[in-house]
Parts: sequence; structure tokens; C-alpha cells
Amino acid sequence: MANRSVIPFGPQHPVLPEPIHLDLVLEDEKVVEAIPTIGFIHRGFEKLVEKMDFNELVYVADRICGICAFIHSMAYCQGVEAVMRVEVPPRAVYLRTIWSELARLSSHLLWLGLMADAFGFESLFMQCFRLREGIVDMLEEMTGGRIILGVCRVGGVRRDVEDGALASIVTKVRAMEKDMRQVADVFLNDDSVKHRLVGVGILTKAQAHELGCVGPMLRASGVSRDTRTLGYAAYGAVDFAPVVKTDGDSYARCAVRIAELFQSVDIIRQIVGKMPAGEVGVKVSGYPDGEYHSRCEQPRGEVIHYVKGDGTRYLRRYRVRTPTFANIPALVKMLQGCDLADVPVLVLTIDPCISCTER
Amino acid sequence: MSVFAMARITLRNLFARPATRLYPSRIKEPHHAAQSRGRIEIDIEACIFCGACVKRCPTDAIIVTKADKEWNIDRLRCCTCNACVEVCPKKCLSMANRYTAPTVTKDKDIFRQKPRAPKEVVS
Repeated sequence: MANRSVIPFGPQHPVLPEPIHLDLVLEDEKVVEAIPTIGFIHRGFEKLVEKMDFNELVYVADRICGICAFIHSMAYCQGVEAVMRVEVPPRAVYLRTIWSELARLSSHLLWLGLMADAFGFESLFMQCFRLREGIVDMLEEMTGGRIILGVCRVGGVRRDVEDGALASIVTKVRAMEKDMRQVADVFLNDDSVKHRLVGVGILTKAQAHELGCVGPMLRASGVSRDTRTLGYAAYGAVDFAPVVKTDGDSYARCAVRIAELFQSVDIIRQIVGKMPAGEVGVKVSGYPDGEYHSRCEQPRGEVIHYVKGDGTRYLRRYRVRTPTFANIPALVKMLQGCDLADVPVLVLTIDPCISCTER
Repeated sequence: MSVFAMARITLRNLFARPATRLYPSRIKEPHHAAQSRGRIEIDIEACIFCGACVKRCPTDAIIVTKADKEWNIDRLRCCTCNACVEVCPKKCLSMANRYTAPTVTKDKDIFRQKPRAPKEVVS
């Protein structure tokens, strides 16, 4: 048996956007085992329900994650609205859908950039971030916030967007689609990129299902499961099908996310076309009494917000299961048997969002 | 050839204007959208010190002292959620689209209302 050595990877590492620690047990250059450690940025947010009322907690839900902030607040509001049996006006629901799709575009472009950075393609990283800047600007125009949108509230949304502005958003997104196709072409067809991605970190359909993967990780392994097909928010009115690839390697995961970029553009176009007129919020009175599991599809996969109220201003319990947490067992599995040089790429393919995971 | 998939983008960028600007000599003017959430401003002369903003603030950044006619805000605590602006009955609070300048101290911004001249009694 070859000599074994342990290499600590993270929490501070040039390729990692956020702190996760892995102890890599190596035999020569092969990883035999990876032991993950999380908990470096735990913020104890579940304790906050004791001193922030259910309306103020939306601001906290918005700040769980810095990339998919809006979908967290939307999932929380959906949970509380279901408990309180609040009927949200259709225009608010459609606006929420547009913002969550723009958040998905922003997140996937960010991921593509970080991925390019992980395999050392610096100029491609810059291109992805240039495109993302356009999306973030659009969000700022509509909501006033670039990352933390802060527009969701229990019972609707806090800002309306004029129809003219919505039409111009569609025009801008579709113009950007051309640039996105060029960047996608590099990811999917460039030999040097394929060399780093094809056949790396294969996860079979059975493994992905067994390890409880979510989101693009699961769909890249051939399981057609997308929480948006449940029809929450306005997704019931949109014609779309989950993007599924069957190879289960890093290249397939990259391809799923790229296809989802164009899917998001299409969903935004459909939603703006069907946008109903009317109010964007209703007044909510009373306090939540009951419990609800709210499920939404984030860029990284399915997020679950569990909300339990006991008829007072303060919630009894609030729990969030984030997609990265569900994908970590699959990451550990993928790392077994890979080359040391592929570790950064594999860690990145689960699209890790450790801030979400630690809460 | 697929090796040159990036070449088109690179060539275009070679002759195009830079996508970034030389900050801070060129600052984005004005801040992108009119409704961007930058910082809270107050028209202190219109304030009635009712304390509604204090109650709604999720981060406890605002302190109002009615006796001293003083309104102060901790800019580092403020999360620019706009809740105080929405609740203000006199509409003296507003959201400016400029961000607060960077700081190295944890000072509070204190606003004090000027004492008003007593009303003349018409006899």
C-alpha cells in the first residue's frame, strides 16, 4: 500500500468563494477519502425568531445568502402566507417569478465565472462577470437593490414595476442572450475546457438519487426533478420542462446550468407576456398559527423553509434546509478516487454556497 | 476549430472600449436607478419625533429622543430596507440613491431640530 498523507483544503483557499474545509486523504496524487467540516460562519439565525417578529424576519431571510437572496425571502413569505391563508395578488406573484428568474441568471453566470476561474481560464471568468453585471443592473433598476433585493413581504411585494420597464427588461435580456450564447459556446466546445470537465466526477443516476442530490447536480445525472414544476408562484402558467442530462460528469452539470440560462430568459419572456394588472400586495392582519413546508427551486436546487407559528407575533420555529447542504454527501462521494488537481473543479461543480448552509 | 471558440470574443475585446471604468477618477453618475436604495436622509425640520421609524427598524439603527428633538442613525447598522421611509407619517424620511461614504469610525449621524421661536400671541 502506498503512503497515505492528509492535505487540508480550505477554509481559506484561492478557488473557494466561501469557507468549507476538507481533509483530503491522499495516496500519491489520488484522493482516497474526503472529510468535510462546516461551521466556520455559523450565524445562529434560527435563534433570531425569538426576537424578530414574522414581518421583520423577511429582511433576515433575504440575507441568508448573498447570491440567491430573493428566492430565500420568497420561500419564507410563501410559507407564512400559506399558514395565514393570505391570497397574494397575481401581479405580485408574477413579479416574484421574474425576480427569481433574474436571480437564477445572475447566480448561474456567477457560477460559470467561478468555474472558469477554477480551471484557470481568467478571461472567460471576466466575460461571465461582465454579463452578470448587466443582470444585476436590471435588478437594481426594478427593485433598488443589486444583490439583496428586499422587495418581498408577507402578502405581496413592496414595489411595482411599470409595464414599459418590464418590456425593456425583456429586450435587454434577449439582447444579452446573444452574448451568453458566445460564452456558452466556449464552455461547451473549447477543447481545453472539455479536457478539464468531461468524465470528471461522475455521479450515476442511482448514486445521485441515493445521496439526496438536488438541483442541477441531480438533473445532470439523469433525474428529471425540478421544484418549479410544482407550479408555485407563477410557474404553473409557464411552459417549460426541466433540463436533464445523463452523463453525470462535471461537463453535464455545466451544460445543465448553461441550458437553464436560456430557459430562464424564455420564462421571463413568457411571464412578462402574461403579466396581469392590479395590486401588488394585500394588507395582512393577525399572526401566523400553524406550520408549513415551503419549497422553492433555487439556482443550486431545492430549498425548504419550515415555518411554525403559534398565534403570536414571533414564530415558534423556523428552519431552512439549503441545497448546498443536500449536495455535500455527493461531493464527498465524487472526491473519492479523483486526482488532487481536480478537487477545486469538483468542489465548484456542486455550486457551493456555504453561507446558506451555515445560516 | 474548437480551440478558437474564445478567439472571437477576445478579438472583439481587443478593439472595443474597456468594460470597466477607472474608479475613482470616473464614478458612475448618477447612481444607477433613481430608486436605488443608498442611504436614509432626513428633513429634520419636518420631523415630529413620533418614533414610528424606531419601532419599524429591524436592525435598531435609529434612536429618537423627543425631549432633545434629536434623531440619530447608525449608518453601519442600517440595512437600507426602506421600512422607516414607508412608515414615516410626515414623509420627512427619504431614501437617497447615493451610498454612505466609507468610514473608519463607528460614529452616529446626529440630527437636531433648531429651537423654534415661540408663537406670538395675538391679543
